Amino acid sequence: MAHATTEHSHAHEAHESHESLKVLGFWIFIVTDILIFGTLFACYAVLHTHTNGGPGAKELFEMPGVIAETFILLTSSFTSGLAMLALHKGKVKQLIAWLAVTAVLGAAFIGLELHEFVVLVEEGHKISSNAFLSAFYTLVGTHGLHVMIGLVWMIALMIQLSRRGITEVTTRKVTNLSLYWHFLDVIWIFVFTVVYLMGVM
Amino acid sequence: MWENIKEFASTFFVTGDPLIYGADVAIVLTSIAIVFVLTYFKKWTWLWREWITTVDHKKIGIMYLIASLLMLFRGGVDALLMRTQLALPNMKFLQADHYNAVFTTHGTIMILFMAMPLMFALFNLVVPLQLGARDVAYPFLNSLSFWLFLMGAMLFNLSFVIGGSPDAGWLSYPPLSELSHSPGVGQNFYIWGIQISGIGSLATGINFLVTILKMRAPGMKMMKMPLFSWSVLSSSIMIIFAFPILTVTLALLFLDRFLGAHFFTMDLGGNPMLYVNLIWMWGHPEVYIVVIPAFGIFSEVVATFSKKKIFGYKSMVFSMMLISIVSFFTWAHHFFTMGSSANVNVFFAISTMVIGIPTGVKVFNWLFTMFRGRITISQPMLWTLGFIPCFVVGGATGVMLAVAPADYQYHNSYFLIAHFHQVLIGGVVFGYLAGMYYWWPKVFGFKLDDRLGKWAFWMWNIGFYVCFMPQYALGFMGMTRRLYTYGSDTGWDLGWAPLNLVSTVGAFLMGIGFIFQVWQISYSIRKGERDLTGDPWGGRTLEWSIPSPAPMYNFAVEPHVTTDDAWWKVKEDRAKGIKPAPVKLEPIHMPKNSAIPFIMSVFWFIAGFGFVFDWMWMAIPGLVGVAGCMLARSFSYDTDYYIPVDEIERTEAALRGRTV
Ligand code: HEM
Ligand SMILES: [Cu+2]
Repeated sequence: MAHATTEHSHAHEAHESHESLKVLGFWIFIVTDILIFGTLFACYAVLHTHTNGGPGAKELFEMPGVIAETFILLTSSFTSGLAMLALHKGKVKQLIAWLAVTAVLGAAFIGLELHEFVVLVEEGHKISSNAFLSAFYTLVGTHGLHVMIGLVWMIALMIQLSRRGITEVTTRKVTNLSLYWHFLDVIWIFVFTVVYLMGVM
Repeated sequence: MWENIKEFASTFFVTGDPLIYGADVAIVLTSIAIVFVLTYFKKWTWLWREWITTVDHKKIGIMYLIASLLMLFRGGVDALLMRTQLALPNMKFLQADHYNAVFTTHGTIMILFMAMPLMFALFNLVVPLQLGARDVAYPFLNSLSFWLFLMGAMLFNLSFVIGGSPDAGWLSYPPLSELSHSPGVGQNFYIWGIQISGIGSLATGINFLVTILKMRAPGMKMMKMPLFSWSVLSSSIMIIFAFPILTVTLALLFLDRFLGAHFFTMDLGGNPMLYVNLIWMWGHPEVYIVVIPAFGIFSEVVATFSKKKIFGYKSMVFSMMLISIVSFFTWAHHFFTMGSSANVNVFFAISTMVIGIPTGVKVFNWLFTMFRGRITISQPMLWTLGFIPCFVVGGATGVMLAVAPADYQYHNSYFLIAHFHQVLIGGVVFGYLAGMYYWWPKVFGFKLDDRLGKWAFWMWNIGFYVCFMPQYALGFMGMTRRLYTYGSDTGWDLGWAPLNLVSTVGAFLMGIGFIFQVWQISYSIRKGERDLTGDPWGGRTLEWSIPSPAPMYNFAVEPHVTTDDAWWKVKEDRAKGIKPAPVKLEPIHMPKNSAIPFIMSVFWFIAGFGFVFDWMWMAIPGLVGVAGCMLARSFSYDTDYYIPVDEIERTEAALRGRTV
């Protein structure tokens, strides 16, 4: 940190360096989250054939719903990118609007996923049915839980943005959120490929 | 109604054992005493303002230190109970199931609630000061980490009097830890106690990684950083890679028990070996996570008390980083005998032996540093010297265990018990105690008494060899671990009994060593030599350049670093008459205290307790509370402030006035 002359610019600098520190910390948090998903994927890889004679991925998964989910989540990643553009242009209203669109898409994704789970459970394929389904619900469910947490966070940020506008702090927060959202997208692509595509093939 | 309450109480509270009644009484009396003292001396607001809501890394470090020493006591009592039971054949002191609970809680507490927090205590007390930083990267998160650890530890310890202790071993292998074999709540206490504190540990790993990467004083390049900070960096990286695996493993075990999932069960496609692999992918690096900082401490201590630069700085750094990578590729040496192919065993046997090489390099570097140095045998140095032979022998027996075919003989025998205690006590405990003695004057402003310290040291050391050397022999004689008793035939005819008796005597000697330390601390609080210079040992690194105890902002002026051993350089310059350039004080940016970490951790505790007993009416509000606290933090913007220049001037004048 250089030695600033006036107290104001000094304060400003101290703050800014704290904000960039928080972005770095968030990246490392993402690394740990990748490890969490990596471990869950490994468990799924070991257990996905352990159906104990019950139906496997091929019999259970309905691809149209999953493809719709994928499409929705990819679109939401795009709209969160548009939100970032608005942020950099300093347009609060636009930013909040794009975040709202992103949130609606995220909620639609969760709705579809819950629907998929409910249908499976009603047919009698529960988390307790066999090891394959345990691994499936846990892996996909953990991703879904992450999306839900992202939604709550997004709403909290929309409120903060409408109150405070674009500041150093809110900029950092939106940056982290968008990082998180893209990360969930990437994880979903792996889920889609490993669980669904390779499952039904 | 009355019947229902009685029945509930009889399953909820653990009863029927004098030890547990004793614990109940002790808990109640201690709680009453604490409440009384705090109220009588009107200390509640002080406690709340100065400690519970603090974000000062030095205070957080002190709280970690106190908690971990208490846990050392609890784990030590467990150890003595076990050794008493094994002292003679056919002892009737502990029942089989009670013995299982005791070795489980002993192992878990020692590693997760003693070694880890003692390590975090030193991280917090030392790293920012060594780096010339005013704080850690995320002070709020730091406080949260501490409270999560404490709540997790409390939850785990509660199992002793409420519901029943876990008894499936410190790593909880299934199927033992599954509902089918452990239907009680003990296993749930294990899962949630570790899960909650584990989240805190992970956060600490992230915090110190960023602190070390980003908060160093200007001019302190990575290769000018003190070796203790390097060891913390290495340990933090391992935490970041290992703890997420633990989080997932425990979560899956919980799903098995809670929702009837089948990850590790024996039926419906579950695979217990999956658990064994996962837990050791965390467990093996965990051993290095706790031991590497001890290496860092020894490097500081040896250099300071030999009045020499550390020998082979670069090779020290390199070997620590190498260990932190290779430690992730050795996990299967914990189950050589469980039917992997020969090729798999060979890979893990070789990778395990490879770790011995960088470790050996370090030992030689310490020896070369001492060679021709002006050595003072102070307390930190004493523990370091005690460590070296202990660790060398422990390392050698470790390599013996790494020989896969031979492991078929030693596996789960007392030979193994002797080996890992040699590394854990000789390496981790001796190491952290050396660190505690070394930095104690910096933290508290006085030295710990030398004479009592020597008694403690020799009790621990002699006790250690008396306790564990016979166990190598017992291992060869066929005594297996987790054995709660043995008959007169094996005891007297095969000769186990004399060796076991000797071993128990050794354990009690270590207990006496601990008592000496408690005495030493309470004596020194009143009479210990005060440290008025801030640099009682003639230190080399930046933490010794400021008054003891350090002011809340650590450094009134940010130090500018040009070499390694930065403070040594300043002292040399001063001796040559080179005056430091005059500096202007500036307001210092500090984080504000916050109650959120504490409150959030209490909610975690509530949620954990609810999950332990399968009480959703309690678990769900707990989780909602956690989420509420996160939102509350997200909405709070007024989180920092500035210390004005005149206040810094006043503080410094007071401190230096006392100092000079
Ligand atoms: C202070 C002196 C200590 C004594 C006398 C002692 C004694 C014992 C004994 C008797 C056992 C049970 C052996 C068996 O029946 O299987 C045991 C297990 C264990 N100890 Fe210690 N111990 C001490 C310190 C430590 C420390 C400092 C640590 C770790 C930092 C530690 C970690 C463990 C672990 C992980 C186990 C295995 C528990 C299990 O089998 O699940 N111990 N110890
Ligand atoms: Cu290992």
